[in-house]
Amino acid sequence: MLQQLGHLSMGWLMIALLAVLASSAFFLGRVRAEQVAGSSPVRSHSRPNYHGYFVAICAVTPAALAALVFGLFGDGVTRSVLVNELPDAFGLLSATELDTYIDAVAQSAASGGYSGADRIFAAVTNRYLELRGLLNSGVIGFSLLAGGIGMYLARRRVSPQFRARARVDSILELGLFVCAAIAIATTIGIVASLLFESLKFFGQVPITEFLFGTRWNAQTSAEFGALPLFFGTFMIALIAMIIAAPIGLFAAIYLSEYAGPSVRGWVKPVLEVLAGIPTVVYGFFALLVVAPAVRSAALWLNDALINLGLASGPVLAAQPTSALAAGLVMGIMVIPFVSSLSDDVINAVPQTLRDGAFALGATKSETIREVVIPAALPGIIAALLLAVSRAVGETMIVVMAAGKGARISMDPTSDLTTITVQIVSLMTGETGFDDPKTLSAFALGLVLFAVTLMFNLVALRVVQKFREKYD
Amino acid sequence: MDGTQQAGGPDVLGDGQPGDAGTTLGFPRIDCRNVNVYYGETRAIHDVSMTFPDRAVTALIGPSGCGKSTFLRCLNRMNDTIDSCRVEGEILMDGDNINDRDVDPVLLRSRVGMVFQKPNPFPKSIFDNIAYGPRIHGFANGREDLDNIVEKSLRRAGLWDEVKDRLSAPGTSLSGGQQQRLCIARAIAVSPEVILMDEPCSALDPVATARIEELIDELRKRYCIVIVTHSMQQAARVSQRTAFFHLGNLVEMGDTDQIFTNPREKRTEDYITGRYG
Amino acid sequence: MTDTDARSFRNAAALKRLKGRRAADARFKFYGRLAIVVALAALAMLLVSVGTQAFSAATHHVVRYDIELDPARIAPDGASAPEDISRNVEGFYGLARDSLLETFPEANTIPAQRLLLAKTLTRLAVLPAAREVAARPELIGNAYTLTAPLNHDLDLFLKGRGAGEMRVEIGSIAAAKADADGEVTLTGPDAFKAVVTRLASLRAEMGPAADTLSVLVTSGRSTGRLSDITANTARLDLLTGDAADFEQSRPAGRIFRLAESERNVSDQQIAWVLALKDLGRVSRVANTGLLTQTDSTYPELAGGLAAIVGSLLTMLITAFVAVPIGVLAAVYLEEFAPKNRVTDLIEVNINNLAAVPSIVFGLLGAALFLNFLDMPRSAPLVGGLVLALLTFPVVIIASRAALKAVPPSIRAGALAVGASKMQIVFHHVVPLAAPGILTGAILGMARALGETAPLLLIGMVAFVGDVPRSPLDESTVLPVQIFSWSNNAERAWEPMTAALIVILLVLLLLMNSLVVFLRSKFERRW
Repeated sequence: MLQQLGHLSMGWLMIALLAVLASSAFFLGRVRAEQVAGSSPVRSHSRPNYHGYFVAICAVTPAALAALVFGLFGDGVTRSVLVNELPDAFGLLSATELDTYIDAVAQSAASGGYSGADRIFAAVTNRYLELRGLLNSGVIGFSLLAGGIGMYLARRRVSPQFRARARVDSILELGLFVCAAIAIATTIGIVASLLFESLKFFGQVPITEFLFGTRWNAQTSAEFGALPLFFGTFMIALIAMIIAAPIGLFAAIYLSEYAGPSVRGWVKPVLEVLAGIPTVVYGFFALLVVAPAVRSAALWLNDALINLGLASGPVLAAQPTSALAAGLVMGIMVIPFVSSLSDDVINAVPQTLRDGAFALGATKSETIREVVIPAALPGIIAALLLAVSRAVGETMIVVMAAGKGARISMDPTSDLTTITVQIVSLMTGETGFDDPKTLSAFALGLVLFAVTLMFNLVALRVVQKFREKYD
Repeated sequence: MDGTQQAGGPDVLGDGQPGDAGTTLGFPRIDCRNVNVYYGETRAIHDVSMTFPDRAVTALIGPSGCGKSTFLRCLNRMNDTIDSCRVEGEILMDGDNINDRDVDPVLLRSRVGMVFQKPNPFPKSIFDNIAYGPRIHGFANGREDLDNIVEKSLRRAGLWDEVKDRLSAPGTSLSGGQQQRLCIARAIAVSPEVILMDEPCSALDPVATARIEELIDELRKRYCIVIVTHSMQQAARVSQRTAFFHLGNLVEMGDTDQIFTNPREKRTEDYITGRYG
Repeated sequence: MTDTDARSFRNAAALKRLKGRRAADARFKFYGRLAIVVALAALAMLLVSVGTQAFSAATHHVVRYDIELDPARIAPDGASAPEDISRNVEGFYGLARDSLLETFPEANTIPAQRLLLAKTLTRLAVLPAAREVAARPELIGNAYTLTAPLNHDLDLFLKGRGAGEMRVEIGSIAAAKADADGEVTLTGPDAFKAVVTRLASLRAEMGPAADTLSVLVTSGRSTGRLSDITANTARLDLLTGDAADFEQSRPAGRIFRLAESERNVSDQQIAWVLALKDLGRVSRVANTGLLTQTDSTYPELAGGLAAIVGSLLTMLITAFVAVPIGVLAAVYLEEFAPKNRVTDLIEVNINNLAAVPSIVFGLLGAALFLNFLDMPRSAPLVGGLVLALLTFPVVIIASRAALKAVPPSIRAGALAVGASKMQIVFHHVVPLAAPGILTGAILGMARALGETAPLLLIGMVAFVGDVPRSPLDESTVLPVQIFSWSNNAERAWEPMTAALIVILLVLLLLMNSLVVFLRSKFERRW
């Protein structure tokens, strides 16, 4: 019997159960409200439906909470009970081997029970199914009990004076608040998980070595000096900004000050397309077109310098993946981030300022350079900061085109690695969460988060101030 | 290059313009003949002909939407910045039609300054606000010269005493009235011959307005000033000549005293006595 | 009036100075235009380079093998159950390979040549045929036409890539004489003049390396490699076919700029595939496998189906989580939230979250969902949840803008008839804001669809050979599949990856067109 219960697919069952509970509670509450309204001289405060909603909420909430608690912890409890009951011989197994064994048991239980020849395995599977059955009946029982109590208590409160509508509204408002609070919870989750794992990492590797060490070799020989990664990130972001800042800014100036409405009407959305293309596509473009082009240009330059007698050997590293290739493509990707926000702020500069400059006999470019840009400067700086933050946090382009060489080199044609590249390569391996390799990814993530957060906060603040000034 | 040096000149007044009676004023700085302005297909200004005498304030009055601001903006070709706007007719300065293709609006605007409705100091220091014009036109020889121009302009705009100790403060840190005087000083700094003012006091309180009006009266001694105003009292107070616009037409033009005491046209009288506006 | 002259519009000094300023003006405008042109050119270059690559993967070559479905090979030892037959790759492959050997008996004697010939057909490419036969056992024992994709290197060669192929004109051959040692001598007046000239110019360009280049001469199904040449005669190493084929013919000449050692296809393979083509057994067809096959280690057999389904499942989870919660959060912040420090904090927090690098969300997902909550790796459920956290701020920001656009008069009107705050919001404001909310949600989903980095961290990069059937199955998504294919070494993966990119971009384009459509249909200004 218990084994039969152990086979139940609890997810859908609980959803159906809660749905039944909700609808029956709703009808109970509604009918009760109609009864009391009919027998009472006082005019009801709320319509019967609201009483129904109220009772339903009071019934479902405790039932769902009970189910959730069982769902979250039930599996762990079942496993530890099972492990405790295992014969002593299993004590020889290591923790991981034991885990694998139990996984196999759970697997065979889930696929309908074990019918093979291994008798111990069959017995353990049956016991597992029994325990699950116990758990499942517990879940159903507790949920129904909690829901029933909630429903009973709520139904007793139904009366013409009871402000069910206000109650339901405030419960719903609480629900809305919880949704909004998820935003905060996400941030807290990010900070907590990064900090938690990073602290474990700094327990094994000194933070000073991590921040200032110049040798990074996490994959093979536990060297965790992240300075080369910071350098690579900085270098590539710099190259990207050298491309994106002038192009984005001039594009914004042209669009907002020179272009007619028709040109603006099609160029602006086309530029936005650049922001909508997935970064993995940029990465492919970098790998397929830009990196080979950069490499052959560098090789040509090397030859040219040698032929001219200006160098005795190759000057540039000219590697197949390079900081320059990644930086160039990242620059293209970031253009719309610069141009779009700059365009907004340039448009927000009041026309009267331009008129003032024109009236003094300034030419259009003088007006733009000396009056419009200084007026829009805070917004433009914010746009650039947001773009830098994008460039620093960008992953796919660098993973595909920047290479893996953790070195500090001013040669843009050498392959450099970045924070994000290392996070990806550390996290895609098959390593556990207690390995310093995995943990170092979180420490890198923490640095990345802190740096981008700083850029974003400053940028958002500056933009806000700017808007206040001209609105 | 002060206006004072441009004294005298042949008396070419009284060239048949309606109500062009004053003889105590300077020679005509700007002579407009049959000016029409179109916005797309609509005609905003109909065939306006008038002159603006030197060393005098000419006020343009009329109900809102009558085209007085549009007409004012013709005089330094500010309408060029509006795509759909087209100006026809002759506007002569020293015998040159400023609408000619070979007249560069940049040169024109260095001779015809403008002050706007709302004070619009640049996002720069007070000093740089004033120095901007002379710098771009290359009027100053060296820093000392520039300092002189800035000081002279601020003095003429009656602002020097208030700001001389904080020339590097941003222009926007001044009060509204001070900002408007800063804008006037900025216009003066390029030594224009004509200053256009588009309702320069409409955004200011009465005290600041009074100061600007005093200033205008002071500046009249050196420049040809054209002021658009909503307030008839202001026109009566500051101007020597007044032109009344209605629906894009120049209805009447004459000495201010005459316009306000003895208008020739029924529409002028109606407007001045407050029948519409 | 000298001073007035100095200010004149025609004053030479003033105009000269002005000329410089006007030039600066023109330069400035030119820079602006240049910036736009550069940005657009970069976009065009990206799309064109991806597009041309993808175009070449849109079709591929398949080869026809006419075989006899011998029961002893198809169902050896009586293994004739459908599931046995459908898994009997070896049997079908053997039959197809035998058909090749029959066509090219010269390969039969040398084991290395046999292996080389067998490479024409990838072993697993016979699976669809095996499944078909398993489903229709009546075919066994009869003649059957097996069609399977050509090996990817040969496919690329036939598409004109990977060998630096150049065609040269060869004149009429008067006589072809077979020697004892398998060599053929061709003679014809000035027949090889063009070849000699071309080889000379190549030698001038490449130096002695030019001597190692292969020249193949093909007539009908026969191909030989040039070993010696004059303007009138040429000696060929016969690779396949028969000397008689060259008699009284006008053969086709091919020079390969890449030496045989630098190519993925040898001269012998080229000779065979040209012969197959001549026999009419090779045809170029649309590569439907791109949409119907799952991942494979062989580019000619790979497709994006599993990734597309994985993306779909992941997006479903994301949409079901991020959109309702995001919209409700936006409703709270816009309509209910009191102006206090908590809501200010939420506000700043949401704007910041929208700018947090996506990879950080991947770390959160790995730590929270995989490590702490012990959810399955590589599952669309986890991927969808991570992307939901990522999309959530985007949905909130868009929904708030849409809610803000609903005029207060609507709220006042509803308030006046005695509706509660909750009723006003959900009966009046939200329905009016729905189109804006919907477009915001779609844009958020479009962003999530293209996201790669966070999914790498939660293990969605694994090789997935089966189409996932539930959000708990191992799965990958389109962008991650693009990433893993682009990591593969063989050249043939490049066009395949590009084709997958085009599929992704088309999906994104559809989503964005939907947004444009919704906006034009529902946008109203109050």
